[in-house]
Amino acid sequence: MDYFAQQLINGLVLGSIYGLIAIGYTMVYGIVGMINFAHGDIFMIGGFIALISFLILVSFGLTFVPVILLIVLLVAMLITALYGWTVERIAYRPLRHSFRLAPMLSAIGMSFVLTNYSQIAQGARVKPVPPIITGGYTLHEGVDGFVVRLSNVQIIVVITTIVLLALFTWLVARTRLGRDMRACEQDQTMASLLGVDVDRTISMTFVIGAALAAVAGMMYLLYYGQVDFFMGFVAGIKAFTAAVLGGIGSLPGAMLGGLLIGLIETLWSAYFSVEYKDVAAFSILIVVLIFMPTGLLGRPEVEKV
Amino acid sequence: MKSLKLIGLALGASLALSTTALAQDISIAVAGPMTGGESAFGRQMKNGAEQAVADINAAGGVLGKKLALQVGDDACDPKQARSVAEKFASAKIPFVAGHFCSSSSIPASEAYADGNVLQITPASTNPLFTERKLWNVARVCGRDDQQGLVAAEFIAKTYKGKNVAILNDKTTYGKGLADETKKALNKAGMTEKMFESYNKGDKDFNSIVSRLKRDNIDLVFVGGYHQEAGLILRQMRDQGLKTVLMAGDAMNDKEFASITGPAAEGTLFTFGPDPRNKPTAKAIVEKFKAKNIDPEGYTLYTYAAMQVWTKAVAKVGSTDPKKVMEAIKAGEWDTVLGKMGFDAKGDIKAIDYVVYKWDAKGNYAEINPKGS
Repeated sequence: MDYFAQQLINGLVLGSIYGLIAIGYTMVYGIVGMINFAHGDIFMIGGFIALISFLILVSFGLTFVPVILLIVLLVAMLITALYGWTVERIAYRPLRHSFRLAPMLSAIGMSFVLTNYSQIAQGARVKPVPPIITGGYTLHEGVDGFVVRLSNVQIIVVITTIVLLALFTWLVARTRLGRDMRACEQDQTMASLLGVDVDRTISMTFVIGAALAAVAGMMYLLYYGQVDFFMGFVAGIKAFTAAVLGGIGSLPGAMLGGLLIGLIETLWSAYFSVEYKDVAAFSILIVVLIFMPTGLLGRPEVEKV
Repeated sequence: MKSLKLIGLALGASLALSTTALAQDISIAVAGPMTGGESAFGRQMKNGAEQAVADINAAGGVLGKKLALQVGDDACDPKQARSVAEKFASAKIPFVAGHFCSSSSIPASEAYADGNVLQITPASTNPLFTERKLWNVARVCGRDDQQGLVAAEFIAKTYKGKNVAILNDKTTYGKGLADETKKALNKAGMTEKMFESYNKGDKDFNSIVSRLKRDNIDLVFVGGYHQEAGLILRQMRDQGLKTVLMAGDAMNDKEFASITGPAAEGTLFTFGPDPRNKPTAKAIVEKFKAKNIDPEGYTLYTYAAMQVWTKAVAKVGSTDPKKVMEAIKAGEWDTVLGKMGFDAKGDIKAIDYVVYKWDAKGNYAEINPKGS
């Protein structure tokens, strides 16, 4: 039981990071109807910006960790959001009324551009940082000496995810911007006739998605202690899978999908073989899609007349 | 318009000049992971090769010509290694010091054999590299069947009756080393409690770490590279595990400590007796220190590979790879690592592995320094 609890913690933390990235995929799909393949790389850029701003702050002699983390978080979100906005502006907006595949191809191209750009700008090496947050709590000590540990980094990752998820759910459900986003999701032409600035709303969607990816990038840096130019690819694929599993277009679905992928991977390697964890995760995705083609929380696509 | 033509002419002339200058040189190459997760080792090899070429050229070169060094990057990827090898073969380069990862060295060696290129690896320890009866391969480092034996002997002695787990990353090097260690450990009368593999490039090892915790593992042997080993160690300490991590020679770069921080303390690995401490290396170590480079890990091994080839070429009087390889296997060579002789397969005759330990300050040292 203790062992299961520990593995549950491992899976939930991993799933939170996947979920944060998956939200970016799902929001863009919901509104523009395209899959933003460059999103994984936006996540990677977020990780790098977090690393750079962290190193700059430390070189200024700042040592109080909570302040550092807060500044790094804000800087990473801001600059990565700018990247998200720019990518949409130059690579997707000009193609919005083109044929359906054009923005997708442009997204794949953008993904290559971002990967190679950071390889050239930051070097092709893995960049490690020594542990920033250490320590943790012992939750339970079993009779057989098995100790269930919750580390401080894990607490930070989970709390940040919950807070941000709550914040963005509120944003979509209760604010003017959220209402515009939902209007664009239903019918862009009608929304613009009713005075919604469609371009601005779509831009904001990319900005929010990128900001969340930056948070995920920073959590990744804190949790694993390294970033490299290629990390966006695998993380992006996993998060995209999570978004599809949860029902692409659905915000809670993305989070649920992320948590599920994290849990399946972890529990599979906990009780079966570590080698086949990805096989397990993707097999379950296939089974779910056969029986629920729109994913767990997705709505069936209604043909718009 | 006229001036443009003139510039073109001048450019063409200078280009012709530079190619004739190059034709005077003998081009040789160093190949390894200059980018990617293992680039720390690629840098070691490049440093060693550059210093060796500079020293050889300063001493008059070889056969009256200067050496020119080319650098190949395989990113520790078998496909890329193969294409680098084909590129060097078609450029008629007679000698390559490389590669680092066994999974790169082995496919590359076949392309070199076809393309008439002599290959000495400073670092690839998988037995298969020299076991395929290729005419063109040799290595200046040890083999994993010997390395695994030393690791297993150490474990059987120090961790007798304790719980041991073995992990590997499924690469040629990692799996090979883990298998050899397991074999030797079982022979010594110990059975590991867990034998698992993970994917190279994985970042999240929390699930495996919890398994180690459940099985009360005292020592985990990792057949793999330092990136993943570092993350496993970090995540073990985060989960409150005091299990000791032991690994092979792919840990001998200070980058390991920058991944783990102070958690590196107590981590063990096997490697040849510290090349920096050899009396034959003293003068060259000073040269590196003057450039602010720590010639750790495989730096001096790469230097030695360059020396062996140069000396054999000088003896044969030609760079013909087949003749040079015959001479290398027949002779005995003075290198920065001491005297070196090769057997018919291309392995060095005297191989010695010792156990190293990391301290909290990010340095490592032999557990029982023997000197040499």
